[in-house]
Amino acid sequence: MPSQDTSSKQKQPVVKCESVYKIFGENAEKMLQSSNGKVDAKEFQDAGCVVGVNNASFEVHHGEMLVIMGLSGSGKSTLLRCISRLTDTTAGQIFIEGEDLLALSGKELIELRRNKMGMVFQSFALLPHKTVLENIAFPLQVKGNSTKDSMIRAMEMVELVGLDGRENYFPRELSGGQQQRVGIARSLAVEPDIWFLDEPFSALDPLIRKEMQDEFLRLQGVLNKTILFVTHDFDEALRLADRIAIMKDGIIEQLDTPANIVLNPATEYVRKFTEEVPREKVLKIETVMEPLDSSEELADLKVSKDAIIETVAEAVLNEQKPIAVVDENDKIVGVIHNSKVIHVLFGDNKEETND
Amino acid sequence: MDYLKNNPKLVQLGVVLIGFVVLILMTGQYSEIIDVRDGFTKAVEKGQIVPVTGFSESVSMILSGQLPPQFVRIPELNFLNLVVSTSIVYILTTLLIMAGLIFNNYYSKIQSSKISLIDWFKRYWTKLFLYVIISIFGGFFVAPTLFTWFFGEPGTSSFWDLPIIVTDYGNFLMYEWFPIQVYDPDIEEFEDKALIFQITRGISAALLFCIALIREILLGGVKTIVAFTSWDWLSENEWAYWPALPWTVVCATTTMLGYALQGRGLAMLACFGTLYISIFGQWEPSMETLSFVLIAAPVSVILGLFFGVWSYKSKSVEVVLAPLLNIAQSLPHFSYLVPVMVFFGIGDQAGAIATIIFATPPMIRLTLLGLKRVSPEVLDAGMMSGCHNYQLMFKVLIPTARRDILIGVNQVIMQCLAMAVIASFIGAKGLGFNLLLALNQLRVGQALELGLCIVIIAVVLDKLSMAWANKQTDYFADLPFMLRHKWSLLFGVILLIGIVLSYIGTFIFKGGINYLYLIPHTKGVTLEPMLQGGIDWFLDYFFFSLQDFNKWLIVDILLPMRESYLSMPVSATFFLVMGIGYIVGGIRSALIVGLCLLFIALLEWWDRALITAYMASFGVIASAIIGITAGSLCAQNKLASKVILLLCDTFQTFPSFVYLIPVMILFGVTDTTVLIAVIIYATIPATRYTVEGLNSVPEDLQDAGSMSGVSRIQRWVKIELPLAFPHIMLGVNQTVIFALFMVIIGAFIGTEDLGQFIIKALSDKQGIGNGLLLGLCVASIGLTVDHLIQTWASRRRKLLGIN
Repeated sequence: MPSQDTSSKQKQPVVKCESVYKIFGENAEKMLQSSNGKVDAKEFQDAGCVVGVNNASFEVHHGEMLVIMGLSGSGKSTLLRCISRLTDTTAGQIFIEGEDLLALSGKELIELRRNKMGMVFQSFALLPHKTVLENIAFPLQVKGNSTKDSMIRAMEMVELVGLDGRENYFPRELSGGQQQRVGIARSLAVEPDIWFLDEPFSALDPLIRKEMQDEFLRLQGVLNKTILFVTHDFDEALRLADRIAIMKDGIIEQLDTPANIVLNPATEYVRKFTEEVPREKVLKIETVMEPLDSSEELADLKVSKDAIIETVAEAVLNEQKPIAVVDENDKIVGVIHNSKVIHVLFGDNKEETND
Repeated sequence: MDYLKNNPKLVQLGVVLIGFVVLILMTGQYSEIIDVRDGFTKAVEKGQIVPVTGFSESVSMILSGQLPPQFVRIPELNFLNLVVSTSIVYILTTLLIMAGLIFNNYYSKIQSSKISLIDWFKRYWTKLFLYVIISIFGGFFVAPTLFTWFFGEPGTSSFWDLPIIVTDYGNFLMYEWFPIQVYDPDIEEFEDKALIFQITRGISAALLFCIALIREILLGGVKTIVAFTSWDWLSENEWAYWPALPWTVVCATTTMLGYALQGRGLAMLACFGTLYISIFGQWEPSMETLSFVLIAAPVSVILGLFFGVWSYKSKSVEVVLAPLLNIAQSLPHFSYLVPVMVFFGIGDQAGAIATIIFATPPMIRLTLLGLKRVSPEVLDAGMMSGCHNYQLMFKVLIPTARRDILIGVNQVIMQCLAMAVIASFIGAKGLGFNLLLALNQLRVGQALELGLCIVIIAVVLDKLSMAWANKQTDYFADLPFMLRHKWSLLFGVILLIGIVLSYIGTFIFKGGINYLYLIPHTKGVTLEPMLQGGIDWFLDYFFFSLQDFNKWLIVDILLPMRESYLSMPVSATFFLVMGIGYIVGGIRSALIVGLCLLFIALLEWWDRALITAYMASFGVIASAIIGITAGSLCAQNKLASKVILLLCDTFQTFPSFVYLIPVMILFGVTDTTVLIAVIIYATIPATRYTVEGLNSVPEDLQDAGSMSGVSRIQRWVKIELPLAFPHIMLGVNQTVIFALFMVIIGAFIGTEDLGQFIIKALSDKQGIGNGLLLGLCVASIGLTVDHLIQTWASRRRKLLGIN
């Protein structure tokens, strides 16, 4: 059993946003005040203001990965920059582990960044004059750690991201994927609690991107950080996310688990994204299982309720009998018939798009 | 007709040119007077013409197709008296201008973003200050001046007195303003001394001490010891003499540094360079120059970094600095020698300060440029790593902007050495001084050898500093003491061996000269007789053909060109230049170039400025043609472009005086000499920018051209040249600045332009005002061209979508 302390810590959201607004422009604050929280992007644009984030409220819990998805100009990066306080929010409140981020003084903010935050950037943002090792050790040295300790820790990170043997290379001598590994290693060097990733894989080739996503999932498996991940790639979002926030024109259109977003898109805009998504790649067994009927004879095979359909489809289809679905404690919570799986694999898409 | 309709700029240009010609034709009866140098002023003094005609008379003259005299040449205009006797008209004018400016700003701002009057005031109140200043200037300065121009009589307090006023203010500031009590140890009493004087002399003393310290480490001496004790102490203790480092030690140490910082190549370069300097007997002046550069260059770099960072941090600093930098970079070196001399005295420290003034602006610029080019994500990454401001600047921003900043350092080193000769005018010792001496005695071989020493020092210093900046550290090397400190240990060994060698030398060599300690100038190897022989041979064979060429150039090209320039009346020049300004950049540009021109026209050196313009423009045209052609040819081939860029680098390192040497021998003291030197010197940037511009044309555009089946020539004319043209024009811009500098330096061997007066001001203790204002005149010419070309190029680039 976890102790009282950690359980209360886990209950408290790590990141909490309360109606956050970010509006660019000369007299944004005044306009926002007069609009009473109801921001119309067009009206603001006419006045020379650009709405970046419009009334964003959500919570991210410990160990959770929230993916913020949106097309370019949707305000997703702005939202991330607000939460990391790289830009100042126009209005609203942000809490990091219960602490009011916007009330922090410059010094406290630096302390927070030095100890709790790590960030990965789209174009890697490595320091060109430093080697791989020095880049990774940079946040540690900035913190004031001794050179020796920093370098030992940095070397561990080099090994973690699989760049051993290249620690004395300069960023310009590395491929894009390798550079982003350095970026990831640097952001993890201080062992942050919250990990921000701003389109980390967008600048990479599709094959490398896939590889890096796998690598990222592996790392997350080991590290279990609280993650805010920004992407414009819906497939990537589905692949990685615990929950996805879909943004458009600064507004969060829908914030839900990948499965729920695919099954029940909240708006027309979200639906457009989900149309082309193969269900089996998103849905978990849980969503198609049926309650256990004791009269049925079950196959020997058992599948986890959290398994993605695609990964177990072949095994399920090979069985004639219904298959037991178990939870993490190996308790049977339902059954799955292969007809259901066939339905997901081949049948459903068209009907849904038609209606 | 349709073609003209589609090209309104062409029509505008036509109008400007026609107007220009008409105005020149209308000069009429004055054309003969103004084409003689200073003729107009003399004619006025002799009473042959009146400088200003009244309003009604002016109108009737214009109607009869004649320019009134004040439109041909602006006479001495009365301005100070009118400023004192404020009249209601000027107050009204001031208020009117102010109201106009403020209303204009308010109206445009309120249109774009709906803000209240109070908000508008809060945001723009700083601008209002500026408007007040502008309108006072306009109302009390420009308006009365214009008024006298049309109606009044020439007065006593005129713009022509500006140099005297500036000189007086300078002297007042230096010797009288804000006296403070200073203790004088010699007379053991307190004395009244001016504050500025004390400050500048303090700076001088500090700089001089630093220079002397380094100089004595390299060459030996007693000044540093004296600084801590006294001359009396020194004469009591005869042993107290700081010995020079033997040249072998310096030579071996530079070689070692080269090896430690980069490798064998740099070590060889350093070794050969220092060996050459020593064997050719230039050790002493070289070390003197080096000591002066080793102070001036770091100070310039630090100042440049400081101001660069400051202007990056603060927009207002950037805005204030930009025009100052522009002026500083186009001011001829000679013009601030006099003020520096007055404020800081004569000697190495004055030379160092003049050098710092000259070398800092490019450093500031490149620092700012580099910082601005740092990607915002890198900045964010630094912030997210938890940097505080200081760490962000010194660990993230400056290192990331390193490429540009290092170019700045390189520029500083080059500028410092290029200034070596000019600084010797105000007492800097070393190679520059000797070079000047050799030039005066027409000892070309000697001058060339000295020039080569300067180039060597520049190149070695530059490469060493670059290598140092690029050094990498190994964190996991766990080395024993010996290896960790190998370089300092090796230095100790070198020092020891060098000293032992020079000690042994005292036994080997007779006659008081120890070749292992220091090779004196008289005993060094020299190629001078050989060079001189070569030149004599060349002259023997080509003297007459050279003379013929010289004569043809002067009689058939230069003289007519000069006369046509001199016959340009003020009004026509304004019309032409402001018209082009309007075509290139609208009203704003027209006003800016108009102001630059007005500055020249109001002073008494209009005809001199025209001569300067004629020489510079001849040089620029020739240089541009040669440079663009050579650059285009070389850009066709990778190797050739590399070679030509290297050549440009090398030639740019030569102190500008060196260019005068060979030409002077061939053509004697004529305009041709200066112009050829100008052409050689100014061709460098034209060539460089052409090569760079052509090489930067994107590869896929070239491919697209090839696939459309263009021939080599077509590709050059239709694809490469148009795209590279904005960049090439920036090269031409540099060419103009280079040409102006060289024209002014050319005055050293005798020309009749502004430079002649600048050189005169040098030997005049009252020459602060003359030197500065003449320099500003030259700078105004440079700035006018600079503004036009920069504006055009940036618009063109935007149009072409090139960054």
